[in-house]
Amino acid sequence: MKDNALSNILNQYDSKEQIDGQLYTLNLGPTHPATHGIFQNVLTMDGERILHAEQTVGYIHRAFEKISERRNLTQITTLTDRMNYCSAPINNLGWHMTVEKLIGCEVPKRVDYMRVIIMELARITDHLICNGVTAMDAGAITGLTYLFQEREKVYEMYEEVCGARLTTNMGRIGGFERDFSPKFHEFLQTWLKKFPKIFGEFCALNERNRIFMDRTIGAGPISAERALSYGFTGPNLRATGVDYDVRVANPYSSYQDFDFIIPVGTSGDTYDRFMVRQQEVWESLKIIEQAYKNLPEGLFHADVPDFYLPEKADVYTKMEALIYHFKIVMGETDVPKGEVYHSVEGGNGELGFYLVSDGGRSPYRLHFRRPCFIYYQAYPEMIQGAMISDAILTLCSMNVIAGELDA
Amino acid sequence: MTNNFVLEAITREFPDSVLSHATPYDFLTLEIKKADLKKVIHHLRDSSLQINFLTDICGIHYPDTPEKELGVIYHLHNMRTNFRIRLKVFMPKDNAEVDSMTDLYAGANWMERETFDFYGIKFKGHPDLRVILNMEDIGYHPMLKEYRLEDGTRMDKDDKMFGR
Repeated sequence: MKDNALSNILNQYDSKEQIDGQLYTLNLGPTHPATHGIFQNVLTMDGERILHAEQTVGYIHRAFEKISERRNLTQITTLTDRMNYCSAPINNLGWHMTVEKLIGCEVPKRVDYMRVIIMELARITDHLICNGVTAMDAGAITGLTYLFQEREKVYEMYEEVCGARLTTNMGRIGGFERDFSPKFHEFLQTWLKKFPKIFGEFCALNERNRIFMDRTIGAGPISAERALSYGFTGPNLRATGVDYDVRVANPYSSYQDFDFIIPVGTSGDTYDRFMVRQQEVWESLKIIEQAYKNLPEGLFHADVPDFYLPEKADVYTKMEALIYHFKIVMGETDVPKGEVYHSVEGGNGELGFYLVSDGGRSPYRLHFRRPCFIYYQAYPEMIQGAMISDAILTLCSMNVIAGELDA
Repeated sequence: MTNNFVLEAITREFPDSVLSHATPYDFLTLEIKKADLKKVIHHLRDSSLQINFLTDICGIHYPDTPEKELGVIYHLHNMRTNFRIRLKVFMPKDNAEVDSMTDLYAGANWMERETFDFYGIKFKGHPDLRVILNMEDIGYHPMLKEYRLEDGTRMDKDDKMFGR
């Protein structure tokens, strides 16, 4: 509740029937630009104040969990891409790590570091979009257009690594399809030099901007206790002051080798969520620099011929490679029985994969723990009593991506 | 906290509630008696174990296991010590009902709705148990194993040549 005056108004009405004459209903979404995808909010409004919100989701539900029960482990990578498409490589690599845990595969140190570089680049692009759009929703379109250019540069790097830009299908079970190319190194080095200045300008544009602060401070707050009860993780939880980060709590891919801090907020409002993401971009840059500087020599994939696709040239010339290629593509490889849960720090929070294998070619059961699904149910509570314009900014700062919400 | 420590703490507190236990991939996994699930989760949350973060709820279907066809799987977490635990509860398909955790965890609301949507498992005490990701009038629970992914009558989609 934003102020006591509103509580007093609400207390006067003890049933919806009494107030129907004075209130109106507003459909925010499903296909509204501010809903960032397809989800609907039915708002009960008193003037510009939101008295009650009710959400509907499921508009783009694509049954990924069901589809996964018919696909082999390699083929599921493309599904994970399409969950949080703003940071698709994190989903991919998180999935590969889950499978590696199941099959007991140790990857070389170089793969770990390569993954860290890619995942942190993905986190930066995710945060750039979220914060750029938050700035735009507050009226500063410059912010978004400015940051989009930088996102494009990161996508060029993705293209160098895997040939794709948005839904990357990055990496393979056991490592990467190929090593970083010389052009990738060139792109990354140039970008690391130029990006801090540009991002610094974006920070200066918003962080102490009077209008932006007035619009965001105190808007859409949530307490740490409520956030934990809802199951918040990631920047949205950290904005409330809880310093939980999967990269630190349960390090994967050698995150323990790097020196970085976990930025936290205090009040869990829109401004804090924005600032936590800003700070995380700087921290991610630090991680990338460390990982790139210390990138170990060695192979870019593990020796798991049952799961790692052989090189195409070998498939054409070597019988063994052809056999393995066929077995992987057709899903004839034996997978151990068992159940495994693995989680990574996604762009939005803890992205978990719960995989139950009965030894067949496909998972017996695969469940994605999707952070967006968790956040969005708290949305009505966060905007109750707020102005409609606050609701837009709140939704944006929560970074709810419909693809992940509805997977 | 180690797996053994937590297992002992739970079995000491609820000697009859833990039906079986295992540690696949070093992840403590307990099967809990359905009637006792809520008090076990409540205890985990409020006791000194502090396993008070609900990470995930999901359903699972084993059509060939009589009286235990449907299951609900809970992942819980102690963020301070980074200890995770998995609880499972199984029930017959014709009486698929388990206590709702919505009064313990606000986040359980949608997770339980999703489980109901896909598996038809009812959650006793849930304030608003409706389908969430599928159409409201879908009329069945699509993640159950009896529903095929593809339309079984289509011959052009028959992939038996590939050993599936």
